[in-house]
Amino acid sequence: MKNRAQATLLPDGRRLHLHDGPIDLIIEAFGTESEIKKAYRVAAERFESVLDELCRELPLLRQSATENGPRPVGVIAMRMYDAVLPYCQQTFVTPMAAVAGSVAEEILRSMMSVATLSRAYVNNGGDIALHLSTGESFIVGMVERPDEPSLFGTLRLDAAHAVRGIATSGWRGRSFSLGIADAVTVLADRASAADAAATIIANNVDLPGHPSIVRIPACELDPDSDLGDRLVTRQVGELSDGEISDALRAGAVIARSILSDGLIRAAALRLHGSTSVIREATPSGIALDADPIQSSEVLIHA
Amino acid sequence: MNSMPEDDPIRCDACPVLCYIKPGRTGACDRYGNHSGQLVRIDPHVVLDRAVTRGDSVVPFLDRDREWDGSIVSGPENFVTAIGAGTTYPDFKPAPFIISSHVQGVDMVTVVTEGIFSYCGVKLKVDTDRHLGPETNTVRAQGEPVGHVTTSEYGSQMISLGGVRHLTGGSRQEGSATCETLLNLCNRKPVELTIDEGASVIIQAGKAPIVDGTQEERMRVGCGSATIGMFAKQWFGKVDEVVVVDDHITGVLSEHQAGKLLGVRETGIKMKGRRSTPGRYFRVAEPGTAWGGTNIEDPLSILQAFNPKFAWPNLRLLMVSTTGEHHAYFELDEALRPVEKELPRSLGKSVNRIKENCEPALCTVLFMGGAGGSLRAGVTENPVRLTHSVRDALTRVTCGGAPVYVWPGGGITFMVDVTRMPENAFGYVPTPALVAPVEFTLKISDYAALGGYMEHVRPLDSIMQGEGHRHLSARPENPWPLSRKKSSHENPRSGR
Repeated sequence: MKNRAQATLLPDGRRLHLHDGPIDLIIEAFGTESEIKKAYRVAAERFESVLDELCRELPLLRQSATENGPRPVGVIAMRMYDAVLPYCQQTFVTPMAAVAGSVAEEILRSMMSVATLSRAYVNNGGDIALHLSTGESFIVGMVERPDEPSLFGTLRLDAAHAVRGIATSGWRGRSFSLGIADAVTVLADRASAADAAATIIANNVDLPGHPSIVRIPACELDPDSDLGDRLVTRQVGELSDGEISDALRAGAVIARSILSDGLIRAAALRLHGSTSVIREATPSGIALDADPIQSSEVLIHA
Repeated sequence: MNSMPEDDPIRCDACPVLCYIKPGRTGACDRYGNHSGQLVRIDPHVVLDRAVTRGDSVVPFLDRDREWDGSIVSGPENFVTAIGAGTTYPDFKPAPFIISSHVQGVDMVTVVTEGIFSYCGVKLKVDTDRHLGPETNTVRAQGEPVGHVTTSEYGSQMISLGGVRHLTGGSRQEGSATCETLLNLCNRKPVELTIDEGASVIIQAGKAPIVDGTQEERMRVGCGSATIGMFAKQWFGKVDEVVVVDDHITGVLSEHQAGKLLGVRETGIKMKGRRSTPGRYFRVAEPGTAWGGTNIEDPLSILQAFNPKFAWPNLRLLMVSTTGEHHAYFELDEALRPVEKELPRSLGKSVNRIKENCEPALCTVLFMGGAGGSLRAGVTENPVRLTHSVRDALTRVTCGGAPVYVWPGGGITFMVDVTRMPENAFGYVPTPALVAPVEFTLKISDYAALGGYMEHVRPLDSIMQGEGHRHLSARPENPWPLSRKKSSHENPRSGR
């Protein structure tokens, strides 16, 4: 069982691919060659036990998080738990909503603990943990619609900005969603926080009871699903412009409230080609030209 | 309880997540699934192994006790085909596997995807002289129209099946009958087709056609006239007259140019049918499944009485079909009536030689698909560049590792001989549409230049180390897909 996890360098010789069970990570570190090597070695070592650690507490992680309930003990599991805790009173949410971002965050942390890197990212299927040292920046490509995989724009994340986590959630993705958003992309200080928030916001981009939305109890598809018999979206048919903006507005309300609680920095909600962007009213400490979401506003209703 | 075991979810133990998987579903990893109660690696990759020589055995790597030990040669000696790669429709995600391997110092990328082909078709070449049915008539499977009889060329009947009109343009039943027919033909299974006002024929790729219950053996050696030309010398002196019965052009030795040149004496033979040029007759009978693709059971029925001015008693007459399959030998009696006799040994030889020179009759199944649509988006962000890249011969297209012919003109429309692909390479979706593997192979620098999904490129080793692949020997007749040399098998393509 020990050789299960795989670590391979991608053919460009720069990026590391870690794979185990349902987890695939793409990692890239920037710095001197020896520091990168150190970082990759530690990342691979740390990764080896990640899946086992999570699975040890899986039943607990699949349960709805509660303020005074049992806390998981694993490092990653605790990060997941903490990421969803702010939402558990308002809505049903399990720590699994933040698993991808939390794993990315942990691997990045392990790399940073041994290596000095100018920049680094750990991409866990679209949920990304970032490291930026002073003066550095990342250009992140954004895809407006997953069925038209072309970059509609790029956003620049500067070290001065607090964003270190990016996550995307939607019903078309690998995890089930209770909502109908094609994609909700969230920027937050940490990948785990971004992951949890993206899940919650995507669940709320919705038109309850709409006839052209096909929903199926999650347990019918996956008996182990943490969502139990909750209805998850399987198909979204034609929607009118009015319905699209209604659904986006419903998600935006939640996004705005999460943002005002200081849990995230920005969110872009996408549904049937329309985009709704929520961001900090006064992006403190960010130069306007570095505003990460600016470019997407232009493309609303593109 | 009365629940069947296949209906129960199963526990996957491939990793500690231990997913509980319902029938027809996959676990959290999308790699393992429950297939009728069996835990299977879904969509096992088919790896063509160049190093393992010949032999046709398929090694299923799904067997638990035969799991791969990871010891096989690495890199360019293996080519991952798209079979089982899975796909997403309408291809909004990058192709499931984008694999790179180093070939002769150049980073090569193979974009491996399974395309969903809802506009696809099959071209059949049925080697038979027998009349299958009138041109343009409807071809049916399970009573549903699935295609039509097209032209007859060089002793083969061409049939065109599928295409968008039958797959999605007709009734639901028509669509599924078409899909099933194409699927079975492409997976080299026998399919029974009936032709309106024509024959019922069983088609199987690489096998002889069975027409109205009779298995076709050989293609005709040529038309009746050509046969006379080929064998006139061998007959000369051993027989006075030869009639080669053929649905298209029936040949008569004594009147034919070849006979005249040899100085064959006039025999006073009188044929039915329309004379084209000397010794060549059209339509001596109706098309059919008997002698030489006609409806003739009794060869004498196409002869009129011999002209007593030229004919003589004991005149020796050989009648033979263009495949040598039917033959009869006659001698004229005193009243100049042909009487059947045993074929003399010397003539038996020439009849056998006609047979020998006939190619075995086969059915050829060419799958015709197009990668002109959204499938390209799974390969690159800028789909038209893939088309250009194929046109410019920078990108090689293969189908389950088999070479394809790419049609000139717009789009990426290709044809592939299904017998050169691994077995059971095709699947279907209820759309209805076929699912077929397609691989695009190109230099990694070219892939980047055409807007490829560079971040999804995985080294070959990462596939080879995974558990779920089938390992096949490469077919020796196929050019190696990663070879950089253009092979003679490949069709030349013009530049844009």
